[in-house]
Amino acid sequence: MDDFIAARSQMAMSLGFHIVFSCIGMVMPFFMAIAHFIYLRTGNAVYKGLTKAWSKGVAILFATGAVSGTMLSFELGLLWPTFMEHAGPIFGMPFSLEGTAFFIEAIALGFFLYGWDRLKPWFHWTTGVIVGLSGLASGILVVAANAWMNSPAGFDFIDGQYVNIDPIQAMFNDAWFSQALHMALAAFVATGFAVSGIHALMILKRKNLVFHRAAFRISALSACFAAVLQPISGDISAKDIASRQPAKLAAMEAHFETQANAPLLIGGIPDETTETVKYAVKLPGMLSFLAHGDVTKPVTGLKDIPRENWPPVAITHYAFQVMVAIGMSLVLLAFLYFIALTKRKKWLESNWLLRLFVIATPLGYIAVEAGWVVTEVGRQPWIIHGVMRTADAVTPMPGIVYSFYLFTAVFISLSAIVGFLLYRQIKMVGKLYDVTDPAYQQTD
Amino acid sequence: MIFVVIVFLWTSICLYLLLGGADFGAGIVELVVPRRYKLQVRTVMTRAIGPIWEANHMWLIIAIVILFVGFPKIYTTMSTFMHIPLVAMLLGIIARGTAFVFRNYDAVDDHWQTLYARIFMWSSVVTPFFLGVIAAATVSRTIDPQAGDFFSAYIGSWLTWFGGAIGLFTTAICGYLASTYAIGTVAQETDQTLAIRIAKRFIYFVVVTGALVFLAAVYSKIPLIEWIFGGAIGQLAIGLATVSLVLTFLAFRKRKAVVSRILAGFQVVMILLAATYQHYPELVLFKNGQGLSLLDHAGDEKTIRALAWALLLGSVLILPFLFYLMRVFGNRPAQTDKYDT
Repeated sequence: MDDFIAARSQMAMSLGFHIVFSCIGMVMPFFMAIAHFIYLRTGNAVYKGLTKAWSKGVAILFATGAVSGTMLSFELGLLWPTFMEHAGPIFGMPFSLEGTAFFIEAIALGFFLYGWDRLKPWFHWTTGVIVGLSGLASGILVVAANAWMNSPAGFDFIDGQYVNIDPIQAMFNDAWFSQALHMALAAFVATGFAVSGIHALMILKRKNLVFHRAAFRISALSACFAAVLQPISGDISAKDIASRQPAKLAAMEAHFETQANAPLLIGGIPDETTETVKYAVKLPGMLSFLAHGDVTKPVTGLKDIPRENWPPVAITHYAFQVMVAIGMSLVLLAFLYFIALTKRKKWLESNWLLRLFVIATPLGYIAVEAGWVVTEVGRQPWIIHGVMRTADAVTPMPGIVYSFYLFTAVFISLSAIVGFLLYRQIKMVGKLYDVTDPAYQQTD
Repeated sequence: MIFVVIVFLWTSICLYLLLGGADFGAGIVELVVPRRYKLQVRTVMTRAIGPIWEANHMWLIIAIVILFVGFPKIYTTMSTFMHIPLVAMLLGIIARGTAFVFRNYDAVDDHWQTLYARIFMWSSVVTPFFLGVIAAATVSRTIDPQAGDFFSAYIGSWLTWFGGAIGLFTTAICGYLASTYAIGTVAQETDQTLAIRIAKRFIYFVVVTGALVFLAAVYSKIPLIEWIFGGAIGQLAIGLATVSLVLTFLAFRKRKAVVSRILAGFQVVMILLAATYQHYPELVLFKNGQGLSLLDHAGDEKTIRALAWALLLGSVLILPFLFYLMRVFGNRPAQTDKYDT
């Protein structure tokens, strides 16, 4: 492995790790706030226990996300100094605002976690909502910075110089909205299905039924609403990419020939050397329709893009397929759940629906990671689309391979410990959080 | 507007040293006290830093964001030539932050606690030590952008006696801050006596490592004495710090918790002032005699203006909220749940 690939892998791994925790940080506080709201309104102690149980999970995951985020703010410079030297002053605006949002989130979380016995109930509840709002704002701001790399704005690039810098224009670049919307919804889908899946499993195991049913309802409803909205946002993104980053769209679809009535490929194995795709199902005209809303319009193929500007086609294509396939399955599951809620109440008691939710537990996060691969790998070979190549941005320090090994070890052990801690939290639900459980012991 | 940004940068670093430093100190104190006091120290410290610890570490993020948005050349030069100590510091930050939360939130209390505690304590030492090493490297004229070989570019840039001494000094300061802070958070007399005893030990440690810093500076031919005692501000700052150190002993004797806390904070601010004032506006000094200055190597004017406004807006939102957090969770011990059903 050479240092450049090592640097890219380390960055990919760090972001891939951090994205999970930031999604949780964006969404879980809202679940907590809903449960907390029900408790304050009805006085039902089950919901109080649920709020506490979730908040313990959030504390663990937030801390992990906070340190991995701190690390990323350093890694940008450690791995990509040339990029940061030029990009920092241009796309720094969302980061400086994000600093504020993140700070407020940390303060509000302090209030929320330690406030049970010291704050007025509704003020306490508000601090929880602020955790969620500032978490969501942080996520949107960071995505706006990433969107700038896809859709550079707010400067002129003249003779290798970055001039006429306008940080506000850079923040509100063409891609920020579609990316932020897609990411925010994805966070709700992924976290919602992960949480509801875990609680569904506990219901299937017939453990602390009242507690887990309450938890399942809140998380499953949020997940399903977000899941049915996500394809709309996906469509906005596809049209946006078609106009700004045709190479990325072509790689996502393994689309080699420029043509009108371009087909949408499902599955298939792309071969970059022969510029062909094997074993794909083709839906004629659908790609043109997705990209431009018109089946007759042509879609640029990779053959019309200089080879040195191609992203890795196979990785981008597979990642896109995975993301869409999961997204569609989750929409289907969401509709089943809605039917169960409205027309077929019997289904809610049946095991098969719960089993489907259990299967869906990791799917949302797999889709998030796949989507992240699509947007990041699909942007290659550029670090700033059309302006700076990733290979020109990497640190001159040799030996990044060892840094990559080191960080891999750190991330693997952190993931293992976090998983272990969450497992122990879930196992202790009866004793610590569920008032209806005979083993329940009042603690703090 | 550039001065607004510089003031924010200095204040963030200062607050990180004071608040984040006291946080690190909690782990350092736990590490150095004899085994029979460890549990007592842990309980006191966790209660003191629990609600506020996440916020304390945000100051580092603010400082880093100011650097990479406002002073990109300084940020990238540092992250290139300080790569190795920065990674060491980062590993410390990761290990510490997660271990602290894991040990407070693990649902089961068993032998895993020993592991979390050990990681927490050692990373509390590692992080400020490397922070000190990095700070030392910015002024010791060891960073050499023209260096040809790996060792002089990426290791010789920070691995010096002076760096080591500043690292130890920073660690000592953190321990001192934490133990002084703890005097006011403990309820019982016996706890207070213990906290004062520890704080006194850390004062000696600060003085000894401070002397080491000067020795290492002389040995490495760094004109530290001239920098600090050559100007009126430096003399005044160090003079005030010394006087307040004597006052601290008095405050300890009279058990004035708040006064001791203010004095300790004041000393640290004075030390930071003396250490940074003489170089201003230069932040990084190179081997070849040149340097990177906050005024000459700042970002575009429009960027600085936007950054300054973002920081001002941020502080309007953050500071009242933060003060309220500190007040609510300041000194009172935990009570039972008020709106329990």
